[in-house]
Amino acid sequence: MEATPKEQPKAAPELIVSIGPHVRTEESTARIMWTVSAALLPATLMGVYYFGMPAIMVILICIATSMAAEAGMQMLLKKPVTLSDGSAFLTGLLLAMNLPANAPWYIPFIGSIVAIMIAKHLFGGLGYNIFNPALIGRAFVLISFAKIMTTFVAPATSFMAVDAKTMATPLVLLKEEGMAKLLEVFHTKAALYQDLFIGNRAGSLGETSVIALLVGAAFLIFKRYITWHIPIPFIATVGVLAWMFGGKEGLMTGDPVFHMMSGGLILGAFFMATDYVTGPSVRSAQIVFGVCAGALTILIRLKGGYPEGVMFAILLMNCFSPLLDRGMRSKVFGKAEAKGVKK
Amino acid sequence: MEATSVKANATFSGGVHPAGNKELTSHKATVTAAIPKRAIIPLSQHIGAPCKPAVVIGQEVKKGEKIGEAGGFVSAPVYASVSGKVVAIGNFPHTMGAELPAVVIESDGKDEWVAGLKETPDYNAVSPEDLRKMVGDAGIVGMGGATFPTHVKLTPPKEKPIDVVILNGAECEPYLTSDHRLMLEKPKEIVEGLRILMRILGVKKGYIGIEANKPDAIDSMQKAVAGSSDIAVVPAKVKYPQGAEKMLIKAAAGRTVPAGGLPMDVGVVVQNVGTAAAIYDAVRYGRPLVERYVTVTGRGVKEPKNFLARIGTPFSQLIEEAGGLTDDAAKVIAGGPMMGMSQHSLDVPVIKGTSGILVLPRAEVSTKPYGPCIRCARCIDACPMMLQPSLLGLFIEKGHYEDAKDYNLMDCFECGSCTFVCPANRPMVQWVKRAKRELAKKKN
Repeated sequence: MEATPKEQPKAAPELIVSIGPHVRTEESTARIMWTVSAALLPATLMGVYYFGMPAIMVILICIATSMAAEAGMQMLLKKPVTLSDGSAFLTGLLLAMNLPANAPWYIPFIGSIVAIMIAKHLFGGLGYNIFNPALIGRAFVLISFAKIMTTFVAPATSFMAVDAKTMATPLVLLKEEGMAKLLEVFHTKAALYQDLFIGNRAGSLGETSVIALLVGAAFLIFKRYITWHIPIPFIATVGVLAWMFGGKEGLMTGDPVFHMMSGGLILGAFFMATDYVTGPSVRSAQIVFGVCAGALTILIRLKGGYPEGVMFAILLMNCFSPLLDRGMRSKVFGKAEAKGVKK
Repeated sequence: MEATSVKANATFSGGVHPAGNKELTSHKATVTAAIPKRAIIPLSQHIGAPCKPAVVIGQEVKKGEKIGEAGGFVSAPVYASVSGKVVAIGNFPHTMGAELPAVVIESDGKDEWVAGLKETPDYNAVSPEDLRKMVGDAGIVGMGGATFPTHVKLTPPKEKPIDVVILNGAECEPYLTSDHRLMLEKPKEIVEGLRILMRILGVKKGYIGIEANKPDAIDSMQKAVAGSSDIAVVPAKVKYPQGAEKMLIKAAAGRTVPAGGLPMDVGVVVQNVGTAAAIYDAVRYGRPLVERYVTVTGRGVKEPKNFLARIGTPFSQLIEEAGGLTDDAAKVIAGGPMMGMSQHSLDVPVIKGTSGILVLPRAEVSTKPYGPCIRCARCIDACPMMLQPSLLGLFIEKGHYEDAKDYNLMDCFECGSCTFVCPANRPMVQWVKRAKRELAKKKN
């Protein structure tokens, strides 16, 4: 006997209940990290083009060590492992770009360990670190292995770079031997600027090619992942102060173009100083951050013991970020008007 | 058919651009929903004191008969939206998330108006005081969703002279088109409502603010005010939360409401266009507020539609009339996706502030966990009140409510722009609500 089933009332669906807003942008922390990493690709490729196989090794060691350190530290601290958010990858890549291509394996290895384990996780992990982890990693190896870290090689003539010749960076040449020597090496001012722009010079493997870095930076600005508020004041301050105080023949005789394209300024200003976590969030505070970092950079380049000051300038400014944010917080809508109102 | 935008510069700083999704219903003429068999009419449909029931179980009532007496000055009476018999008075599911007192009326299908509704063909012959009383007696509240009793807004203290009335037709919440349709279908009623408001407040200047993505509504309202110099239609930039009171005042009148202050501090009263139309009905025909425009929309319903629905109509009925839920419907929201409240039951009724019912399919509902704040500052750029939502979130997450207060927690009106843009999915609005609640608890 077949019973016709009674029509069942449609079961109420399982409804998801949460506090609004109920729609979100597609943006995610992971997408930001991977996009910034992608924006570093042109400069990375230029680094590999100029410094060959050794550059690849440094990059791979940095990324692998950073990711392993991140996973290890998170497991140790019983936190969820978040390698897929791209943050450790980006730190590793940034550190690599700040190292000489000819550094022996333990330099990228130790730098990455310090960056991730100490600078990042001992301060609370993603979002809570005070200092830029990649720069702390670099500062550690620079101070610990000063000789290796200040010995750079000329762009290689073959991919395996077995014939790499040591060569001073343009900033070292300027600081120790003056503009005349610099022009002797690069022949003419125009050739010097051109080599700096393209990246055909000694230096950290990812910092040399201004054009490649600018392509990546333009992409990030276009995507609104970074804004001009930190990098432009940073670079402009370096330019102005270099022009004012950088010349041997007195005030206003310096070479701003050389200073703006040298060292790690372009890399630092667009990719390190713009780090969300360690820089200020308030726009006006970002401008102050950029100007101060630029001034510190020039101070170190012209008067300090190191030929380059971008790294220390950013690290020093990192500790002021919370203070700047606090002191320059935006005026709440209607706050000024509220003073005149009688309650 | 997606309407193109007209040019508009009037706006505020900050804000976000969520996908509008208004094309699901914006071109569909409003249809009258069926009279509910059982109307569940909450006694609290407004901000302020709940109503006391004015009927008893078993009593026969007509449409427009008072069933709930205002519980105080900041309160609004409620009326039967159908004719029939009171079958229950008790706690029933409410869109605010709890079970709250309501009167349930079983419809007799006759839909008869109560006798003695007083028509007023010429409101200019009625004193402002009497007009204000008519608005209060009709149970009219802010129909944009805030549900603040309208007569209270129309009773500013003497030391706060009002010189501008702004009608809010911005409808900046994605998906919702009820105000849009109302402006197309009842422009004259809206303008008459505005004139009544201006008469009550003794105001010479009226604005109607409309987001520029509704050129047909702008056109419709411009035609309705043609020839009068005291009312201007202001097209405003398409940006959320353009329809927030303070933002709209900034855009339409160029005035900045002081932090912690009210629109009346800058001589402005803002009312939703739906409220204005209801005021016209109340004054002209003596009809209390018993129905409203409701958009039933989202990809979780089969045939999104705009309805003219009775107060007390269960969500389930309107959803059925909109073709029913899709198989993957996952979230039902009273209001829009930015500030609306998600519902756990479809038994909740339409109330005076229900501008829409939005049903999202599973794929459009994010249940991703939140991560640490990476201080990207997107929320700071988005906040229309110029707050630092990231910091508020960090404070509240750790229970530092007083610190959050120092960082202007109380100026947040929970528009959700910060949470909308947050790449780490941080639930800022939820936290802000929690902090305000905790601080209020401490105060008591």
